[in-house]
Amino acid sequence: MSAALARLLRDPVSALGLVIVLFAVVVAVFAPYLAPYPEDAYESHLLQRLRPPSAEFPFGTDNLGRDILSRVILGTRNALVVAVSVVVAAMAIGIPVGLVAGWRDNWVSDVLMRLTDVFLAVPQLILALALGQLMRPGIETAMVALALTYWPFFARTVFAETRRLRGALFVDALAGIGARPTRILLLHVLPNALPAVLVRATIGMGFTILTAAILGFLGVGAAPPSPDWGLAVAEARQHLPEAWWFPTFPGLAILLLVLGFNLLGDGLRDAADPRLRRSRR
Amino acid sequence: MNDSPMPSPLLAVEALSVHLRTDAGLARILDDVSLTVPPGRTVGVVGESGCGKTTLMRAILGILPRSAFVPRGAIRFEGRDILADRAASARGRIGFVPQDPYLSLNPVFRAGDQILEIMRRHAPGTRRDHRAKLIELFRAVQLPDPEAALEKYPHQFSGGQRQRLLIAAALSCDPALVVADEPTTALDVTTQREILALLRRLAAERGLSLLFVTHDFGVLAALCDSVTVLYAGRVAESGPTRAVLDDPRHPYTRLLLACHPDRASDLTGIPGTVPAATAQPAGCRFHPRCPIARADCANAPPPLLSLPGGRSIACPHHADALPEPALA
Repeated sequence: MSAALARLLRDPVSALGLVIVLFAVVVAVFAPYLAPYPEDAYESHLLQRLRPPSAEFPFGTDNLGRDILSRVILGTRNALVVAVSVVVAAMAIGIPVGLVAGWRDNWVSDVLMRLTDVFLAVPQLILALALGQLMRPGIETAMVALALTYWPFFARTVFAETRRLRGALFVDALAGIGARPTRILLLHVLPNALPAVLVRATIGMGFTILTAAILGFLGVGAAPPSPDWGLAVAEARQHLPEAWWFPTFPGLAILLLVLGFNLLGDGLRDAADPRLRRSRR
Repeated sequence: MNDSPMPSPLLAVEALSVHLRTDAGLARILDDVSLTVPPGRTVGVVGESGCGKTTLMRAILGILPRSAFVPRGAIRFEGRDILADRAASARGRIGFVPQDPYLSLNPVFRAGDQILEIMRRHAPGTRRDHRAKLIELFRAVQLPDPEAALEKYPHQFSGGQRQRLLIAAALSCDPALVVADEPTTALDVTTQREILALLRRLAAERGLSLLFVTHDFGVLAALCDSVTVLYAGRVAESGPTRAVLDDPRHPYTRLLLACHPDRASDLTGIPGTVPAATAQPAGCRFHPRCPIARADCANAPPPLLSLPGGRSIACPHHADALPEPALA
């Protein structure tokens, strides 16, 4: 794994992705200490509305007079928590489905994979909007919708790898010496799928952050006064073009973090897949 | 009867049948197959694809697919029935060299670690002993830089090296028998020769028995003391390799040998195809493709007739000449 990391860092573009993501994680962890005005998550100061960037407020202030830099910093934590939760939930559904469907070759497998196709066919935003109407609109609903539409990618990735390895001799040999299917799948087959799953998860993080921001923008994601980047861009619409700084900095934060995850995902795909290693040498 | 009387067999497959439950019905992959491997000898199994070679091998190794079952027959290894008694199964005493060396090892673990794990299960000694022995084996199979090879992943070896690695794995627990499934078909010709020479040398040095599954008569002639020809899950003919190759008796063997590019004047092949295992013809399974088939061939499976010289043949009409066009 350390060799893979070294290869990853040798590629400047992937290294940049890693730096962006690590930076975002540090910012998220220490957000209340890094933000100049941490109380601006929920307080408003109507006397200092829509101030342009200055030494006092480097990113300016928003329509309720809150420091945008502080809210971008505080929003990092929300964005990452949403992304990690959604991707972990999607993996928790998709990986077992892929393993079982790939291992079996009967109606169970067919039912699981057709179900996967059905969920794959559902447009993410539409499902989120519909769920928002059915349930209470909010960030939790958006996360459920995102997880429900993202697990098929993991299921398909793991399914393909399980199918490929199911007939492999080392799997037959394991079964021959009495290894249970759970053991074979979790200890011997799943590790083969992990590089692909890791890449999918990393790209999924960026994708989730982007979609969560869109949902926030559409009003079915995070609700005010939560310091959400997508929500901030939505609130800023009424104050354009005068308050250009209001949507710009939260928007740049979205751009940067999504870009970071995508660059890292691409880099990981090249570096961590044992089958690609030789060709990259 | 035989010039060199065969010692009591190390491996004896006795009237083995292996059937498979499929969606298309019962597939009779192997029916009534018998085969013996005497100690220190090399036995070849030949036949077209789909004739049951691989299933026979998997039954010997105890890795039949889950849907397979054995309605009749036994496989005795060193006198014990390894099919009936899993505890007595030949742990570590039968080595296996697979056909495709690529997915025989798990790509995410070091090759050396995977072989060491087998040794930990089946071979006596400490981890340190195992390592030393494996390095020695790597040297014996002529892997370059044996110490470094321990730390490598399977994909870091070339095809020929991977095959050498798997031969080392097959030998790692001091087997009495090594089963090899066309171990050279995935390799280029020059590597093939090296691997065959290596197998022959190792078998001779260690007094190993080899069961060699192949469809290459050249390999057979170079390596095997005796041969069993399978057709559609039954034994067509068996006997000492030279005798069978020089004077094939079963019409299938005769046609198969005539198909060999070195011998055939034109590449006509054998008309028809191997029947599906779910739809085996009644009687002799070769009769729909056989140029000398008679009406009674469709009635009952022909018994295996014993011939002088340790040969046996499953065709009552084997003395008939083949019509000329078939051997043209």
